[in-house]
Amino acid sequence: MIVPTVQSGQMASRVVLTDADIERVLTRIAHEILEANKGTEDLVLLGIPRRGFPLAQRLAHRIAQTDSSVDPSSIVGQLDVTMFRDDLRRHPTRPPGPTQLPPSGIDNKVVVLVDDVLYSGRTIRAALDAIVDLGRPRIVRLAVLVDRGHRELPIRADHVGKNLPTSSAEKVRVRIGEVDSMDGRPVNEVVIEGPA
Amino acid sequence: MKHLLSTTDLSRGDAILILDTAEEMAAVGEREVKKLPALRGRTVVNLFFEDSTRTRISFEAAAKRLSADVINFAAKGSSVSKGESLKDTAQTLEAMSADAVVIRHWASGAPARLASSDWIDAAVINAGDGTHEHPTQALLDAFTLRRHWAALAGTSPGGSDLRGMSVAIVGDVLHSRVARSNLWLLKTLGADVTLVAPPTLLPVGVDSWPCRVNYNLDEVLQSGPDAVMMLRLQGERMNAAFFPSTREYSRRWGFDDARLATLDAAGGRSTVIMHPGPMNRGLEISSAAADSPRSTILAQVRNGVSVRMAVLYLLLSGDSSGEPGRIPTPILQENPA
Repeated sequence: MIVPTVQSGQMASRVVLTDADIERVLTRIAHEILEANKGTEDLVLLGIPRRGFPLAQRLAHRIAQTDSSVDPSSIVGQLDVTMFRDDLRRHPTRPPGPTQLPPSGIDNKVVVLVDDVLYSGRTIRAALDAIVDLGRPRIVRLAVLVDRGHRELPIRADHVGKNLPTSSAEKVRVRIGEVDSMDGRPVNEVVIEGPA
Repeated sequence: MKHLLSTTDLSRGDAILILDTAEEMAAVGEREVKKLPALRGRTVVNLFFEDSTRTRISFEAAAKRLSADVINFAAKGSSVSKGESLKDTAQTLEAMSADAVVIRHWASGAPARLASSDWIDAAVINAGDGTHEHPTQALLDAFTLRRHWAALAGTSPGGSDLRGMSVAIVGDVLHSRVARSNLWLLKTLGADVTLVAPPTLLPVGVDSWPCRVNYNLDEVLQSGPDAVMMLRLQGERMNAAFFPSTREYSRRWGFDDARLATLDAAGGRSTVIMHPGPMNRGLEISSAAADSPRSTILAQVRNGVSVRMAVLYLLLSGDSSGEPGRIPTPILQENPA
């Protein structure tokens, strides 16, 4: 009898967004944000650590390129949601990350949350709770690099870089140069890994 | 790490994780809503067999800022005064499903006994046991020192240790759990420690501790330490004549106005003066020294809340039960979206 050999742990991976794709996608999202906000007035970008923050910085940089009166560092911040998660007791302890708001705060602002992957929606729920404790924005919007589906809460993104239909057995890995490196060089890519 | 009993148990990585977490907790204290939901539904019991002001209040504030429920238990006015044993008290708390017990006890080793017994399942945090250890005090002192050290270097304190820092711990080392906890932790973090005390107030075997010992405070101050930590003279634990008179003690080992003036005249170096409290003003520290700009005494109290929040959060938030039903799905781990 012939038994097919199954090599457990072997993963097939394919690149769905390259470095250049990510650049193009971010440029489009930056313009979408400006279009939805009708300009840069009251705009604040809050990245969710770790990878949401460099993405928010890149978006802020692009927004500043279209409007020279904007200082990119004055409209971008980061929002740590660790303490607000609903799964704290289901995981090993996570150390909290930094929260830094732009100097003007978030009261009466248009806050755009920025994250790398939108999946169950639970991180965004935690982020909404965290925002309530920090101030009262006029509007909260959501921008994500990748939306991979499988939502568990009634949450959707306003600006999506790429919709990726995935199976829940697959993993979506986002690598951003500010955080990730391979062989000592920064990498920018989005990869789907799944059972071969 | 399930319990916090002693700073000797802490690796350099553990200590830096606690201090870094405390930095994030400190930021919460500056917000409009000074509360985090992280420990909602958890119960923290403050079990105090010995008097305390700042430690108990500090733990209570820390637990409340993390949304935990707090039960305060003082031995005075409880069944302990009717002769209830530690075991029975612990089992009562277990029956009330406490998740953490913050214990202060006059007997060295009481927290360790509680943690190693099967009387109670909760996380045990040592808030001072006899003359043994007081780990959260040492952590808040290290936190204060690290901020000072980073400010001098013009960097942010996150991730750093105390390498290159020289700290003098002065006074009643014999009875001091603060000195012991600090010595081990400061050593782990790379600081250089000198103990300064009359020979009668140093424990037997001090020469095997990883520090230098000097009997002359002025000599140590001349060498320009980065921090001077004054210890409280623990009259309630003194059962023998350790020094001729408090006046003589104060002149030789107290941080008085003359020593403050000498330190200020030497200028330049920004030596800080620390004290764990409560102070005997005019005995081990003069009012002028305690209220001088060099003093970090109130900063230490403030930092105490942040450090205790970090300890409670790190001990209580994760899943330590190891039940198979609680293992997260692998995808959630990869993409906590």
